[in-house]
Amino acid sequence: MSLADISSNLLYVAFFAYLIATFVFGGAVKGNKQRTFKSEQRWSKVAFIITLIGFAANLGYFFTRWGATGHAPLSNLFEFATAFGLTIVGGFVILYAIYKTPVLGMVVLPVALLIIAFASMFPSEVSPLIPALQSHWLAIHVSTTVISEGILSMSAAAGIVYLLKVVDMKTKSKKRFWLETMLYALVVVVGFIIASVTFNVMDYEAEFTYVDKDGKDQEMVYNLPPVFGMNEHVSLTEGTMAPLVEMPPVIDAGKLTTIFWSFVFGTVLYLLIRLITRKRLAELLQPLVKNVDLQLMDEIGYRAIIIGFPLFSLGALIFAMIWAQIAWSRFWGWDPKEVWALITWLFYAAYLHLRLGKGWNGERAAWLGVVGFAIIMFNFVVVNLIIAGLHSYA
Amino acid sequence: MEKVQCKCGHINPAGTLLCESCGRSLTEEGQKEKLVDMRYEGTARRSQTYNKSIIDKTWNFFSSVKIGVSLIVILLVAAALGTILPQEQYVPVAENDEAGLKEYYGEVYGIFGDVYYFLGLHDLYDSYWFIILVGMLAISLIIASIDRVVPLYRSLKNQRVLRHPSFMSKQRIYANGAAADDSLEKAGEKLKQLKYNVSFDKNGLLAEKGRFSRWGPYVNHLGLIIFLGGVMLRMVPGFYVDEMLWLREGETRSIPEAPGFYLENKEFILETYTGEGEEEVFGQAIDRVGNVVKTYRSDVVLYKNTDDSVPGATDNIEVEKEYSILVNEPLKFDGYAVYQMDFRLDELKAMSFALTNKETEESFGELTIDLTNPEEVYDLGNGARVELMGYYPDFSGFVDGEPQTATPIPNNPGFLVELFTPDTPEGEISFVLIQNTIEPFGDNTHKLSFQNVETRDVSGLTVRKDRTLPLLGIGGLIFMIGVCQGMYFNHRRLWIQQQADGTVILAGHTNKNWFGLKKDLDQVTEHASLPAYMDQQEELENQEKKDGDNKS
Repeated sequence: MSLADISSNLLYVAFFAYLIATFVFGGAVKGNKQRTFKSEQRWSKVAFIITLIGFAANLGYFFTRWGATGHAPLSNLFEFATAFGLTIVGGFVILYAIYKTPVLGMVVLPVALLIIAFASMFPSEVSPLIPALQSHWLAIHVSTTVISEGILSMSAAAGIVYLLKVVDMKTKSKKRFWLETMLYALVVVVGFIIASVTFNVMDYEAEFTYVDKDGKDQEMVYNLPPVFGMNEHVSLTEGTMAPLVEMPPVIDAGKLTTIFWSFVFGTVLYLLIRLITRKRLAELLQPLVKNVDLQLMDEIGYRAIIIGFPLFSLGALIFAMIWAQIAWSRFWGWDPKEVWALITWLFYAAYLHLRLGKGWNGERAAWLGVVGFAIIMFNFVVVNLIIAGLHSYA
Repeated sequence: MEKVQCKCGHINPAGTLLCESCGRSLTEEGQKEKLVDMRYEGTARRSQTYNKSIIDKTWNFFSSVKIGVSLIVILLVAAALGTILPQEQYVPVAENDEAGLKEYYGEVYGIFGDVYYFLGLHDLYDSYWFIILVGMLAISLIIASIDRVVPLYRSLKNQRVLRHPSFMSKQRIYANGAAADDSLEKAGEKLKQLKYNVSFDKNGLLAEKGRFSRWGPYVNHLGLIIFLGGVMLRMVPGFYVDEMLWLREGETRSIPEAPGFYLENKEFILETYTGEGEEEVFGQAIDRVGNVVKTYRSDVVLYKNTDDSVPGATDNIEVEKEYSILVNEPLKFDGYAVYQMDFRLDELKAMSFALTNKETEESFGELTIDLTNPEEVYDLGNGARVELMGYYPDFSGFVDGEPQTATPIPNNPGFLVELFTPDTPEGEISFVLIQNTIEPFGDNTHKLSFQNVETRDVSGLTVRKDRTLPLLGIGGLIFMIGVCQGMYFNHRRLWIQQQADGTVILAGHTNKNWFGLKKDLDQVTEHASLPAYMDQQEELENQEKKDGDNKS
């Protein structure tokens, strides 16, 4: 077995460990019938040990891959996403060691699982570095950034737990709507994974030629049934469905199709859950956060930002500027990825001023923590896949 | 407004909330409050004191946290708008070609593109309103910091050990009760052990730790201001150079904006990954995407003028350095850096022709035209010669019968020549293109027949000088220091006073992390057998909660 194979097997181990740990944490938080504190403690410990095993395997994946390729595995979408999953779990491991909060595991681990599953939808083979990435700054800049984002995510995790406890799901309100929307968004990611896996198993493939925005002939392969067609598309594969709508050349109909199917599968799944349980998702989760100490969650959310913000400034802005000066001859070029890093930074700066200067803590801070995570995810998913720029290596 | 004199005799600046010296509340509202507001130590902030003139109002506007946060949020949203469509520097149209840009955005992005261009969002980050927003944020950073840091510094410098009991009893951490006679000394002992600065005055004690953390926010703002100042400095001539230099293989040219320096391009090299040997591990990826570039490299020689040479001439220059410029390894000299940014492969260098008779194919000799530096006459001997009447490196067609060239780059060279042979001493005019010859004055008997072509690569290099970088670095460093200083340390203070009746009063304050302060205090209380303290804010909150429960 080559080092690269060992690496990918370790990632599987990590994935399944996180999966098991999620349920054990869930069980621990739910408690036994007698509601004794002891059982919660015991099962939390078990879940934490499983998480640690997963985390160790995840680290093993990272460093064996580093060994196999000769460069820090942070150079494309798959590698960045798996690293993000790693640092999110890392953030949780630290928090649990300090605060012993199993309920956070129940939130963080599924998100890490989703991110790793999302990663595996992209080409995962080890790939060589293009000249612009051949620098030690790759490891320095990206690892600092991804660690800071993992830590900042803890603020959102604590925020979600906080909101699940305080938002009243029985009466109609904006808060209820947005909290439920947030959970629905997570289900859409699950939808994306189910759709990709389903059609992948069916070996679905439809090839088209089309004319791109510069008037050149191009080819592209759909791995999902092509609902949206590219500009002046012509099918090359027989027996596949014809696109229902043709898009203008500036829109990538392939990605739009993927988004469409993610929403279809996600929405069906969401409706099924609603139909079967007759409850909103947030309501389903609420019993699990009943015993949560709100003040502690608020504190964790704040601490995560206190540690994450300076690290983010260092990794995503300062180190980024140093490297940009070396590789691209200018430290700042208003590339979309740069702009969104700045937006993230400005957002957390606003959070700190509101919290320290205007006393925004508790529920307001919890919402802000969640919005911060949404911005990080936007920069990671949308800017990479939809707004193409210099950073789109994947 | 007049200065405020406290009952203790200290004269405070107008607008002071808590006496700088003894801590008494100086306002009526303050005297009614159960806990004192300790933010900025109750000092007189200009923005809270004056609101009459335009200057006052401007000052107050920019010193407000609410305005600062609003500016941050507006800037954040504006920055996001600029990422919806690519900015003008990322579209394949020249930046100053406004008509071309308008057409591009309209054609590629439809009506949305038209609107985007019309609103100027295609060049958002250089727009006046965006720069004004950044400027306003910078002003807010400066004014808000000065408004707070000056009185805060004054107050923390002037503070006395003995505070008025009304100040102490309104602190969040407060204790009052019997204690042993030596408790003050013992508390001081313990606090010194805990790394507090302890000072005594008569019957009182002040212990303080981490005051420098109070300056953190202002230090990090200072860092940001220095950074923004550095960015502005780039507009000053001489601080910033950004030039493109296209250098052909074998060519030596002076480096733009770097007087006295010359660069020779010996070779441009482009390598792709082979997927063999050490790179075998990448085989799968290379199969999937095709070629992956491994190296863009320009092997160059840097020359410098000798002292006695004529400016601009290349004959008196000395080798300064030989270097291979790679993407992440620019050539550096004298504050300049030369970057590998672009390339053109196989640009035409020279073309060879033979002057032949069309029918007999008899050759009168060969000539080679250097496409960057063509000669006017090529004498082939024996009465045969070719005169180059016109050279069009990038022939793009005729306008009014005149041949045109699109660019000075030899992409599609055209030669207007007059051919002389012993048979045709009066000359024949011919227009020679690649794979095509036009004879404007009827059939000629002779022609230039193409023999071969030489090509070479061209390196696209960026010449950059940025003397603001050290300033930006210092700004960034100061920002990071300030952030850590303010976030990871906190300012803790304890006041203890022995009363005439033998009891002790104690108060504690910290700007954050009350848990840490309580932990310190627990140790001191135990060691010096002080009265048990209470957290008055928690008690107030509990009280409110109880009241609320009772009502409902």
